[in-house]
Amino acid sequence: MSSHHSALAHHFDSLEQQREASTFGMWVFLVTEIMFFGGLFTAYVVYRLQYQAAFAEASNSLLTWAGSVNTVVLICSSLTMAMAVRSAQVDKRKAIVVFLLLTILLGGVFLGIKAFEYYSEFKEHHYPGANFQFEGADPQHAEMFFSIYFCMTGLHALHMIIGMSLLGVLLVQSWKGRFNSQYHNPLECMGLYWHFVDIVWIFLLPLLYLFGANLHHGG
Amino acid sequence: MAEHIAPKKTYILVWAALMVLTLVTIGVAQLNLGPFNDVVALAVAVTKALLVILFFMHVKDSSRLTRLTVVAGFFWLAILIGITLTDYLSRPTVDKLRAVPPAGQLHLLGESRQAQPGNPNPTGRR
Repeated sequence: MSSHHSALAHHFDSLEQQREASTFGMWVFLVTEIMFFGGLFTAYVVYRLQYQAAFAEASNSLLTWAGSVNTVVLICSSLTMAMAVRSAQVDKRKAIVVFLLLTILLGGVFLGIKAFEYYSEFKEHHYPGANFQFEGADPQHAEMFFSIYFCMTGLHALHMIIGMSLLGVLLVQSWKGRFNSQYHNPLECMGLYWHFVDIVWIFLLPLLYLFGANLHHGG
Repeated sequence: MAEHIAPKKTYILVWAALMVLTLVTIGVAQLNLGPFNDVVALAVAVTKALLVILFFMHVKDSSRLTRLTVVAGFFWLAILIGITLTDYLSRPTVDKLRAVPPAGQLHLLGESRQAQPGNPNPTGRR
């Protein structure tokens, strides 16, 4: 067996067991992340139920194209991340490096578009606080929408920034040949994290950007 | 259990499905379906999440322990949102039973709900 592999920690019997433990541990962490974002999703649901009209109006003022393009960018980055892990499984060192680079690049594109969105929203005084302005019928509760919007997308963007930093570390390690078909647990866990962040955005698109879009078109 | 290596084709197909579903959710959001806008939006989002979890996150080929952990996570999320909503969604009914005026009309009552000279139980404590 592979029990003498250099990556095998002394407290595990086999690489197999070590891999199982790291995947399990990563998922336990992701469960705490589900609950972390879950609190914000719950706040969104509770307030939207009470202030449907204001939330729809505020949602319509967001840049739908930016949210949609960013969804496409993130899904592509999930594909490149999955391919990076697969490249390790089939011992293709250069392919790991290329796919990790692509994932970081796509993450950068996402954050660039997000930054442009924040810039336009700040310019229109759509950020909650003393200078908040909103042209709709119910600015007070539109402000509540924007509080939730900035919390959720801000926390999501923070996760992207942390993810990209970790990807950078793994990129260097991959270049040095640390990962192969026998051992790639850090890459696998990185993938789980990156896909989780993608899933959060998959829910943010319809909830924050698309809600009320039908009312916008005179329906 | 040896590690399962999914073929490249699987990842490309999942990516294509996610792209199509993204277009579907953006398209359907422009139509006016009443309450079904939310139903479709959530159904599409859950389908996309499932595709990512099962294929990109390899849960399809994971051990039972890992699968149980994933299910437990979303089960707890359902408890968080579900039980919170049992409160908020039942408030109008409960308020009606107790004859509490709707929140929007509370200001009309002014000070009348505060302590009054004639009120035998001004603090509301029992």
